[in-house]
Amino acid sequence: MTRENLMKGTTSQEDQWTVQNQCFRIYEIVYRLPPQAQSINFEVLRENHIEYLTESLKQLGRNFYVLDANRPWLCYWIIQSIALLGDCVDDKLENGLIDFLSRCQDQDGGYGGGPGQMPHLATTYAAVNALITVGGQNSLSSINREKLYNFLLRMKDASGGFRMHDGGEVDVRACYTAISVASVLNILDDRLIQNVGDYIVSCQTYEGGIAGEPCSEAHGGYTFCGLAAMVLINEADRLNLPELLNWVMFRQGIEGGFQGRTNKLVDGCYSFWQGAVAAIIQRLHVTVKKQLGLPDTFELDCSTESGNESSDDDGEEVSEGSSSPVDISEPTKGESLSTSAAMGLNNGYDFIKRPTGMKPLFNSMALQQYILLCTQEEAGFRDKPGKRRDHYHTCYVLSGLSVCQHCNKRDADSPPLSRDVMGPYSNLVEPVHPLHNIVLDKYYEAHMFFARA
Amino acid sequence: MKGEEERERIPIKERPEWADVRPVPQDDGPNPVVPIAYTDEFSETMDYFRAVYLADERSPRALHLTKEAILLNSGNYTVWQFRRRILDALNADLHEELQFLDQITRENAKNYQIWHHRRWLAEKLGEHVANKELEFTKEIFCKDPKNYHAWSHRQWVLQALGGWEGELAYCSELIKDDIFNNSAWNQRYFVVSKSPLLGGLEVMRDPEVAYAIEAILTKPENESPWRYLRGLHKNDGNSLANDPRVASVCLDVLAGKTDYVHALNMILDLLCHRHQPSKELKDAVDAVSPDPNLPDAGLAENVCSILKLVDPIRANYWEWRKSTVPAQD
Repeated sequence: MTRENLMKGTTSQEDQWTVQNQCFRIYEIVYRLPPQAQSINFEVLRENHIEYLTESLKQLGRNFYVLDANRPWLCYWIIQSIALLGDCVDDKLENGLIDFLSRCQDQDGGYGGGPGQMPHLATTYAAVNALITVGGQNSLSSINREKLYNFLLRMKDASGGFRMHDGGEVDVRACYTAISVASVLNILDDRLIQNVGDYIVSCQTYEGGIAGEPCSEAHGGYTFCGLAAMVLINEADRLNLPELLNWVMFRQGIEGGFQGRTNKLVDGCYSFWQGAVAAIIQRLHVTVKKQLGLPDTFELDCSTESGNESSDDDGEEVSEGSSSPVDISEPTKGESLSTSAAMGLNNGYDFIKRPTGMKPLFNSMALQQYILLCTQEEAGFRDKPGKRRDHYHTCYVLSGLSVCQHCNKRDADSPPLSRDVMGPYSNLVEPVHPLHNIVLDKYYEAHMFFARA
Repeated sequence: MKGEEERERIPIKERPEWADVRPVPQDDGPNPVVPIAYTDEFSETMDYFRAVYLADERSPRALHLTKEAILLNSGNYTVWQFRRRILDALNADLHEELQFLDQITRENAKNYQIWHHRRWLAEKLGEHVANKELEFTKEIFCKDPKNYHAWSHRQWVLQALGGWEGELAYCSELIKDDIFNNSAWNQRYFVVSKSPLLGGLEVMRDPEVAYAIEAILTKPENESPWRYLRGLHKNDGNSLANDPRVASVCLDVLAGKTDYVHALNMILDLLCHRHQPSKELKDAVDAVSPDPNLPDAGLAENVCSILKLVDPIRANYWEWRKSTVPAQD
């Protein structure tokens, strides 16, 4: 019994103690098991998850009516989870996905939450990511990029931010989803970028994290959205990264998982939202260093780092001193592109190709332990013990697991060491592009396809 | 989730006022993925909704139909947006609309659409609903004091419609109820920096530093007032480093020998902002070190070494911080 158990706390404390005790009880039970039995608890139940996911793609129960305006999200959560697990669906389901998402595509661009619904930025992001994850000519060419670009322009708000849909709300989610799809589809240009950085900067709070709107509370989901969007438009140096880093580091709790906000409860989905923020900052070491006022020659990491920052390999370096993104680091792309569109495309590509200059700063093993022991169900993943699995959590817990397993590599394309993967090495899931949350191989395929398009 | 619709539902196709409308089924294709097993009521309602939406029919019956659709799924943004269009076209009674919204928000207070609709309504209704809106969010906070949407709405109401008078006191009340409620601390920061009645952050800094310090001394393990304290000196690391009360509260917490991670984190910040530590502070840091044989490094490095031991979940981070502390004079 800890001291806290005997005391009466505030509501926040009582809730926290309940959850942490549940988690600790699980850890205690597992670590008391004999080695053989213990190790089974650390296995990713790959086949079970895939079956749960594939069956959901084919049919959902009546309780899913609450997600009737989020069906492209269901597609993305499911197909992304399957791809993370290294699998894919059969041709019939693939074609079904492409066909269904085409029916969600608005005749004037963008994707709605279901056939006939208004286009919405979040479901547009989900549909584009799902189609990229399906991959292949039919899938990628089903996206009407010209009209999508017009839709994005229509959603652009006077503040520089984006609104979710015609007449909808302006927030950091809208900024991220707009910038992410524009970047990956190679249609990002100055008109879309204009002042969006101002809006996102205005949402970084006194705590260090980023809020949904100016003055709201710093939050893991919005912090991911804000930071990823800023990297994609090459303006991450406008955020206070040391403060952001300090905030996100303190979001990892005693249970090993991340919470979304200060003094809130751990939730498996933040394994990705917060974990990816930590992983993104690992590739922003040059900017962090500058903001800390440290000399350029200062080595942040004890590992060999010399020669990895040639200026054409590092988008951050390119951006220094030029406020409008006109430089192109790789001027070999399609003729139809404006220079800034090529720039937008390359920001995401260069980012992932850039070596990580820092070791992971969060506790990857503690997070993997939380994921494997506290969020995994017989099939699917959940928020925390006592909650039920769902597709959203399955997607973002697995994405977070991927971030953990792959965060200790210098370059994105090599496999991780077995010591970085908790449980058997067969637990390994695919690496993702942390700015888009798309499995890396699928991202590369799309990058090639849309660079030429 | 029914309310007044609880009475025996008559299928729309049997209602005489809908006899002229041909429902439009959802175009899911021959092999839809993620198909939902809709109830007949859900399918029928949405089929008729699609019909009026496509015809852009802004009529009283269409308005009523959007209500039925919203009661079935309040997350359908298309239905909400069309409803706004109809409300505009019919010049409908928006106070009645607000009552309807109160009802469904109480059933499901976590959805972007209802809060966005609420902001749209409150904007149209203007200043005289400010108090009602503040009261309504208060009601939501009784059940869920950290509801993100409700806080955003409350901030919007204050900025767009006013009603700042009691806000600081309300924050104090919430913090008194639950000193760990970070949403209330965030709101306090918002009030202190934005309220036209208080004179802004500069003016409020002194009393608020005192307020934060009192909270820290009550529960030193509570991160919220520490971040708040830092925020009061935002964008001015020197004023943080030169405020003697900040170093002093760190010292007090260290003296308690427990729950001092946030104090050490703060001391590290002070040192990075060139704070000149007193001998007392150095001794207090040494006194909490679990390792009696710390190398003879600077104070900032020692703080990082201690944090590595007492806050192991962030060991990598503290190790990295150690590598980035500025050289000491």
